[in-house]
Amino acid sequence: MGQNSRVSFDRRAVLRDSLSVSLPVGTYGAAFGAASVAAGFSVIQTCALSLLLFSGASQFAVVGVMAAGGSALSAIATGGLLGIRNGLYALRMAPILRFTGIKKFSAAQITIDESIGVALSQETRGESAMRFGFLSTGIGVFIFWNFFTLVGAVSASSIGNPSMWGLDAAVPAAFLGLLWPRLDSMKKKYAALASAILALGLTPFLPAGLPIIATVVIALFFGWRSR
Amino acid sequence: MNTLWIATIGASVLCYLLKLSGFLIPNSLLSNPVLVRINELIPVVLLSSLVSIQSLASKTEIVVDHRLGGVLAAFIALRLRASFPIMMIAAAITSAFIYRSGI
Repeated sequence: MGQNSRVSFDRRAVLRDSLSVSLPVGTYGAAFGAASVAAGFSVIQTCALSLLLFSGASQFAVVGVMAAGGSALSAIATGGLLGIRNGLYALRMAPILRFTGIKKFSAAQITIDESIGVALSQETRGESAMRFGFLSTGIGVFIFWNFFTLVGAVSASSIGNPSMWGLDAAVPAAFLGLLWPRLDSMKKKYAALASAILALGLTPFLPAGLPIIATVVIALFFGWRSR
Repeated sequence: MNTLWIATIGASVLCYLLKLSGFLIPNSLLSNPVLVRINELIPVVLLSSLVSIQSLASKTEIVVDHRLGGVLAAFIALRLRASFPIMMIAAAITSAFIYRSGI
């Protein structure tokens, strides 16, 4: 075990890193499962989102926009806009991962915040450690996230009125929790505040879902300027 | 097929294609600093507008109700450096309490 001469990194250390990320993140799947059912999605649709979409922020966005009365198109667009960063992660990691054929197509599905985060944190251990960290974290989150989604969805569907259990506040709370660690500069805080206000201001005038997408202009505005 | 299935399958296909595109196209896009900055800001603006809409909007109306109480509890929990599950529980308990007491 571990004596393979081609692999010189400590697999156990990488596995420990990936498990310490994938297990806690996976348990948040229960929050998604509950929120999705509270938003009106069936247990099967909820599990389909975790299996097929498999990107927390986009999944919450899809159920959030539908719960707010938005169209399917608004939900798909908002989920897609939040999914752009996964494509950019893949862009950055592709030269390191160097996957070919079918492996590339499966790796794409597990290209998420956590697998990329752990892979990048293994930089000092070398590229094979980064590849191993990417795979073990991606697969780990996939297993835990889908298991806990089912647990959350089934429990939520058996408790009746979601408001009685605070589940309708769980969706915006989850968004706030996902937003929080990203607010690492004053510029991002201003952008967040401006978009919260713009979305509310547009709410009476646009069909549900569109005010959320409209806030992309704030990302363009703040992103265009270098400071 | 109902609209929830259309949203589920449509968003899944789109998000998968976005992930896959990164493996299929050359990575010269990353050298453009404006695109990198905009990409960092997109999750910030979308998540923030989702917070405000989900706390205060009902279809096309602004409504102040139990949900806002729950989100304020989540905000306080995050300010106190609570973990994600604790923050979610604080939001749910507060919102459920306000809803049940019929304030």
